[in-house]
Amino acid sequence: MIPAPGAEPAELRDRRPNLWAIRGSVSQRRYWALATLGLSLPLLAWWALAAFGTVNPVFLPGPLDVARRIGTWFADEELMADVRISCYRVVAGWTLSALIAMPLGLFIGTYRAVQALLEPLTDFVRYMPAVAFVPLVMLWIGIDEGAKIGMIFIGTFFQMVLMVAEDVRRVPMQQIEAAQTMGATRTEIVEKVILPSAKPALLDTLRITMGWAWTYLVVAELVAANSGLGFAIVKAQRFLQTDKIFAGILLIGLIGLAFDQAFRLAHRAAFPWLYAKG
Amino acid sequence: MPPGAIVCRSLWKIFEAGPSRVTALKDVTLNIADGEFVTLVGASGCGKSTLLRTLAGLEEPSAGELEVGGIPVTGPGVDRAMVFQNYSLYPWLTVTGNIKFTRQLTAHTRDRTSADVERAAGRADALLELMGLKAVAGAYPNQLSGGMQQRVAIARALMSRPRILLMDEPFGALDAQTREVMHDLILHVSELEQSTVVFVTHDVEEAIYLGRRVVLMAPRPGRIDSVYEVPLPARREQAMKLSSGFVRLKAAILKRIRETSGLKTDLELLQKLSQRAAS
Repeated sequence: MIPAPGAEPAELRDRRPNLWAIRGSVSQRRYWALATLGLSLPLLAWWALAAFGTVNPVFLPGPLDVARRIGTWFADEELMADVRISCYRVVAGWTLSALIAMPLGLFIGTYRAVQALLEPLTDFVRYMPAVAFVPLVMLWIGIDEGAKIGMIFIGTFFQMVLMVAEDVRRVPMQQIEAAQTMGATRTEIVEKVILPSAKPALLDTLRITMGWAWTYLVVAELVAANSGLGFAIVKAQRFLQTDKIFAGILLIGLIGLAFDQAFRLAHRAAFPWLYAKG
Repeated sequence: MPPGAIVCRSLWKIFEAGPSRVTALKDVTLNIADGEFVTLVGASGCGKSTLLRTLAGLEEPSAGELEVGGIPVTGPGVDRAMVFQNYSLYPWLTVTGNIKFTRQLTAHTRDRTSADVERAAGRADALLELMGLKAVAGAYPNQLSGGMQQRVAIARALMSRPRILLMDEPFGALDAQTREVMHDLILHVSELEQSTVVFVTHDVEEAIYLGRRVVLMAPRPGRIDSVYEVPLPARREQAMKLSSGFVRLKAAILKRIRETSGLKTDLELLQKLSQRAAS
């Protein structure tokens, strides 16, 4: 049958977007299907390997063993106390470094003289291995909570300063010059243009460095700790409790993911203008 | 001297970056009358943007004198507002927020009385109306088209009633149709506000259509090459672009820009290359 002029041809409705188009789009449903697949495949492979493989459970405990271990940890070994103290250490170390890195990065990104004074130094220090600072931190700060927070600080601070400086430098010059031609003073430009303009990028920097702070948790809890998720992993290593090592790693990953999502939600709530379209 | 008059006497601007020295402005002398609309054109690198930025106080001249309303320029001032090509709006503020931005600055709020505040609010409303932004007053800049964004930028610049409006290729990123609309809008606004306008563009047609005078600049070193009076009535209409006076002036300016740009298409070489490719 010849379709009436102007009627939609049949193939118009059937055509699906090409999955392999460069930067092409995928439907919401397909996106979640793929995401579920990506998460469940490794889990399935892990389970199959542990169940049917000939791998010694000391090397690779199955997912069920790990889940059971999390259960007993929660019931008998104060899992929540470990989670709480680890969260406290990470958040405290990260907050301390943010409190200093934000103003410092703002200065480095705004004034070339401050950049020349501080940036090469920061670049140098950030390449030093944080783990190697453990004995020094014990020597300088001692072995109480301050030392663990100090380790997280050392791990995140120097990177954070550089990222904040870069965020501030990315504020378009036109925005600054427009304020200058409107008669804004230097303080007004920093307060009313540079800061609000850089804010979304700064929140992203905070989110990313929070992730790094979590990766330094095990290092921090190497310092004479007797609690915490990182400490639990280190202790499980000593007793070859592979299932507990797995449990600790997975828990840190999950908590980190939750923090990350919280930051993303905050980003959407704080900067509606970034997401407003049309 | 009236507050909107500009006097440049032997202005020089030299950019030094390590061993290289670029003379962006060489001995520029130019007088612009209060309320005049002057356009600056020229090949890229001719210093037209540098001259405008110097007038704005964003660049300091290396030598020479620059006076606005008889007072030497030492930096940016609220008497001179600038409209940039793009990216100068504040994306975190709504259209109204952008237009009222100057109200947050101490330079505009000294000695303020309630009558001042009221007048400012009225001014913002009037500008929204004038620039056709009423319907999008609460929108964010990234929700607007390029043309609408530039309307906001112009309204924001006009908010503090500047005597001088400096425009740096403000319509350079817009499509041809939107540009025509903006041309008539800016002519209307400049007549209404009676402000002096210095307008930089690389589009000769735009320069003639808008300007009472067209200042042609030449590159390497950046300098004023020639100045043309535009032989059109003060009130411009799109149809004038087809008049013989307009076309003749456009041809003359384009020819002069080609001569001064130092860029040439080597037709002979192109022919030789295509012959070689063919054989």
